[in-house]
Amino acid sequence: MEKLNEGAVVAEPGSSSRKKTGSWRTFRPVVTDKCVACGICVLHCPEPCIELKPSKDSKASSGKIAVIDYDYCKGCLICMNVCPHDAIRKEMER
Amino acid sequence: MTVPKTVLEGSEAVAEAVRQCKPGVIAAYPITPQTHVVETLARMIADGELDAEMIRVESEQSAMAACIGSQATGVRSYTATASQGLALMHEILFIASGMRLPIVMTVANRSLSAPLNIWNDQQDSIASRDSGWIQLYVEDAQEAYDTHIQAFRIAEEIHNPVMVCMDGFVVSHTYENVLIEEDSKVSEFLPEYKPLFSLNPKKPVTMGALGTPEYFVRFRKQQQDTLKKALETISKANEEFAKAFSRKYGNGLIETIGMEGAKHAIITMGSVTGTIREVAEEAGVGIIRVRSFRPFPAEEIRKACEGLESVGVIEKDISIGASGALYDEARSALYSLKNRPKVSGFIAGIGGRDITPSHILEIAKKIKEGEERTEWVM
Repeated sequence: MEKLNEGAVVAEPGSSSRKKTGSWRTFRPVVTDKCVACGICVLHCPEPCIELKPSKDSKASSGKIAVIDYDYCKGCLICMNVCPHDAIRKEMER
Repeated sequence: MTVPKTVLEGSEAVAEAVRQCKPGVIAAYPITPQTHVVETLARMIADGELDAEMIRVESEQSAMAACIGSQATGVRSYTATASQGLALMHEILFIASGMRLPIVMTVANRSLSAPLNIWNDQQDSIASRDSGWIQLYVEDAQEAYDTHIQAFRIAEEIHNPVMVCMDGFVVSHTYENVLIEEDSKVSEFLPEYKPLFSLNPKKPVTMGALGTPEYFVRFRKQQQDTLKKALETISKANEEFAKAFSRKYGNGLIETIGMEGAKHAIITMGSVTGTIREVAEEAGVGIIRVRSFRPFPAEEIRKACEGLESVGVIEKDISIGASGALYDEARSALYSLKNRPKVSGFIAGIGGRDITPSHILEIAKKIKEGEERTEWVM
């Protein structure tokens, strides 16, 4: 575990990039094999923590699939709601 | 070399100690019964006896905020308050301790309004007991003087703020013989302040950053670990002080008086100990005076109470709807004793109500009856 300075002093720059905020999630959006990598979810993600990445599971001509960065995803499920292919489902975090 | 005793008001004795500890910044707002402390310090600055910046703030909340700012730049900072002033600071107390800034503050204990009351009880600092500050309660002017010198050392050694609580009027406004040590000896006892981090444009750092849940909990735990460790730091400061100045207060955490062979004892804090000393022998009780309320010396209290038949806690505060804070915590500390004494609680001296020797004798009688009770001395 990262050593913490007394009094929460941040003594070197760049600490924000090491802070993860995914633990706030109640629901986890999960991309299924229906994904065609249209990128609508990428545009709508308010964080933004969805990227289209090459994958062997891709059914798209681009060879890509939507990948969610759970270190930062807050589980708002906007991606699930805007997906025109119904390719994102939700799971309860435990 | 002998140092002459001087007749000083408790507040003046505190100001002498603070002057000798050479803070660079004093930020304060006047409030009874603390005012004489900073008034005296202001005079010392004006007379050139102390080289410090006196910031005249518009409220106690600002006083603590100013101390945080100055201490963060690596400058020893001090303030004093009481009652409503401490209540107004409440929010900022947590920031000072969370940022681990070793600010020292005097609290001249006074009741909290309403009804408006300027007299002494310990409700104000007790209401701040969860703020992460070390709280040391003193009995008289000499101890107030001595404890402030120790407080800076303790605070700076473990990077945590310290509140020195002295009973308003009873200590703050009473003239007593006080032994004031030489400036050079105090400087020897208190090394120069070397902050772990400070605000400096040549080596920028961020203080007071956001702490997301996974970090925040670890910082809180750090504070808890530090205050537990402070038990040792406070004891050590008391020992070192004794070596340097030939005065000590029990083991620094608690002071026991007449406990040899005692079957019954009174647990208490602050100046009322003086009254209890007067009649303890006649009353047939020993005294356990709690000097450090935060950190709470549970282990020391257990040891002191081992083998006792009954104890009574006398305190000048009430957690309304529950019990006195000291009673609750002492009782909780004693729970793990195999043969624990009966514990009674007495709420006394609220809003400046006098606690007389007769009260103590009456309380001692009740303690010795062995029945557990919680009562008010009205």
